[in-house]
Amino acid sequence: MSTVSRAERGKVINRHHMPLGRRIQLDFQKNWKLYLLFLPVLVYFLVFKYAPMAGLVISFQDYKAAKGIAGSNWVGMKHFINFFNDPFLPRLLRNTFTIALSTLIFSFPSAIVLALLINELRSRRMSRTVQTISYIPHFISVVVVCGIIRELVSRSGGVTMLMNVLFGMPVTNMLYEPNYFVPIYIVSDIWSNIGWNSIVYLSALTAIDQELYEAARVDGANKWHQIIHITIPCLIPTIVIMFILKVGKMFDVGYEKIMLLYTPLTYERADVINTYVYRRGFAENVNFSYSTAVGFFNSVVCFVLVFITNKITKRMGGNSLW
Amino acid sequence: MTSIARKRESKKIQIPLGERIFYIADDALMILLCVLILLPLIHVVAGSFSDGAAYMSHSGLLLWPLKPTTAAYESVIANQNIWTGYRNTLFIVIVGTLLDMLFSLVAAYVLSRKKYMLKSFFNLMVVFSMYFSGGMIPFFLVVKGVGLYKSIWALILPSLINVFNLVIVRTAMTGVPDSLEESAQLDGAGHLTILFRIITPLILPSVAVVALYYAVSHWNSWFNAMLFIKDRKLYPLQLVLREILILSDTDEGYVMSETIQFATIVVATIPILCVYPFIQRYFVKGIMVGAVKG
Repeated sequence: MSTVSRAERGKVINRHHMPLGRRIQLDFQKNWKLYLLFLPVLVYFLVFKYAPMAGLVISFQDYKAAKGIAGSNWVGMKHFINFFNDPFLPRLLRNTFTIALSTLIFSFPSAIVLALLINELRSRRMSRTVQTISYIPHFISVVVVCGIIRELVSRSGGVTMLMNVLFGMPVTNMLYEPNYFVPIYIVSDIWSNIGWNSIVYLSALTAIDQELYEAARVDGANKWHQIIHITIPCLIPTIVIMFILKVGKMFDVGYEKIMLLYTPLTYERADVINTYVYRRGFAENVNFSYSTAVGFFNSVVCFVLVFITNKITKRMGGNSLW
Repeated sequence: MTSIARKRESKKIQIPLGERIFYIADDALMILLCVLILLPLIHVVAGSFSDGAAYMSHSGLLLWPLKPTTAAYESVIANQNIWTGYRNTLFIVIVGTLLDMLFSLVAAYVLSRKKYMLKSFFNLMVVFSMYFSGGMIPFFLVVKGVGLYKSIWALILPSLINVFNLVIVRTAMTGVPDSLEESAQLDGAGHLTILFRIITPLILPSVAVVALYYAVSHWNSWFNAMLFIKDRKLYPLQLVLREILILSDTDEGYVMSETIQFATIVVATIPILCVYPFIQRYFVKGIMVGAVKG
């Protein structure tokens, strides 16, 4: 074993003295079967991941389907300048940020709290039941979830009635009220994902050494002290990683769900960058080049966010994404 | 096991009042949460068994059907669109997941091999595509350009590999000891034999989890179908559901009654909820695999 790897290492060193062409030839002779195996995967990535990236050039053109990419006129930064002057831009940025931040502030911690509460349950059966029930909504498709939401917040819906009884809110179809949109989105998001997202914290909690608790109890620490000084500090690494991953995906708000819930009445609060990309691409005032420019802007912002968060993870001495 | 140990421990010692209150409050909160999670689902099931007219004149949450009837289910079962949608979705889920797994396993295998020149290039290429994409319109144009527009394969081929899933499989494969592969190579085994006969069986939990992720995402997806599928005969279930639940119009153009919508939800959700208890034990393992990667 060790002799093989030493010989291997010798070969590698030797290869660095070889001319590049010879090295490529040797590598190909040795690994051509591996490359052949990867060929379909390579084609897949080139066609469905990288060709669309190349297709971003149409954001610098006035793309006409009949003329194709080669024949369409080049217009430079026109669409980007138009986008920065788009009267909807402030609204799009505000809504995207509001929804992304609300998810971060409400949905994200809810799963941590749930994991802590499940962990403190005394009955094992109870803990298993809570887990089973709280995972269920994750398996209900987004279309169905939105169908249920529509029903519950309609004029005669259960949530509308409950809000009326509890807080005296007017009986209306809540989906037509712009100001209710984000709360509806967030609450249903928590309903869908709280259980599922708590799994990762629960698995981190099972890894905590029980002797820590024993020792703390001997020292007279009560339940509250134990949670504050043992459980939460042990969860911090997981929380930090999940938080950074979440921040990196912040701009990638759930536009599919928004599209199923919003109406022109609620665009004021519900329209985000990605839904606008869709509408300008396929629904209203269609302009492929403009829509691509907006999407390009969004992709770049997302990428920069991921890049920064990855830098932070690396600096924290922990895992990094690449 | 640890919680049992802790319980026994706490029985021996007198539980302080504050702690007892904490435990009771915790139990109460968790019961409340379960009720809140289940209430909408109970409402849907109760609504689906209710009489249409009775439901219309009712407001608020239902816990029990109003004038119980199965009329709504009869009209759902008579709705041909739902069964066509089911058939299309089953095709997409089965064929899609099989192809996804084939491509992901092969890709992860090559990416996790040790020494070859293009290794870091391939890895960079794959990971970069996770963080940057061409966006909706260029993607649409490419799928159209390769002739998949209006074809059911547009819902399978463009989404063959999800890079996050690929990374899970790759991480699992990296954990397989090299010695196994080396001895197989000495016996004259090729790459495919090593991949499918030796490595795949060893990382079965990860493979199962990733297959589950792919299957669920195919089952749930509707957006690409909306972009690419124009023929109603090819509509997957979720697109049919969108018409019934969100757009609320059908072939005939009339508004569907709520009870029929509820019955549709039940019919379209029961299968995946039936599979759920059997696959539940894999979740935690799978998420752990993902968490190790961080």
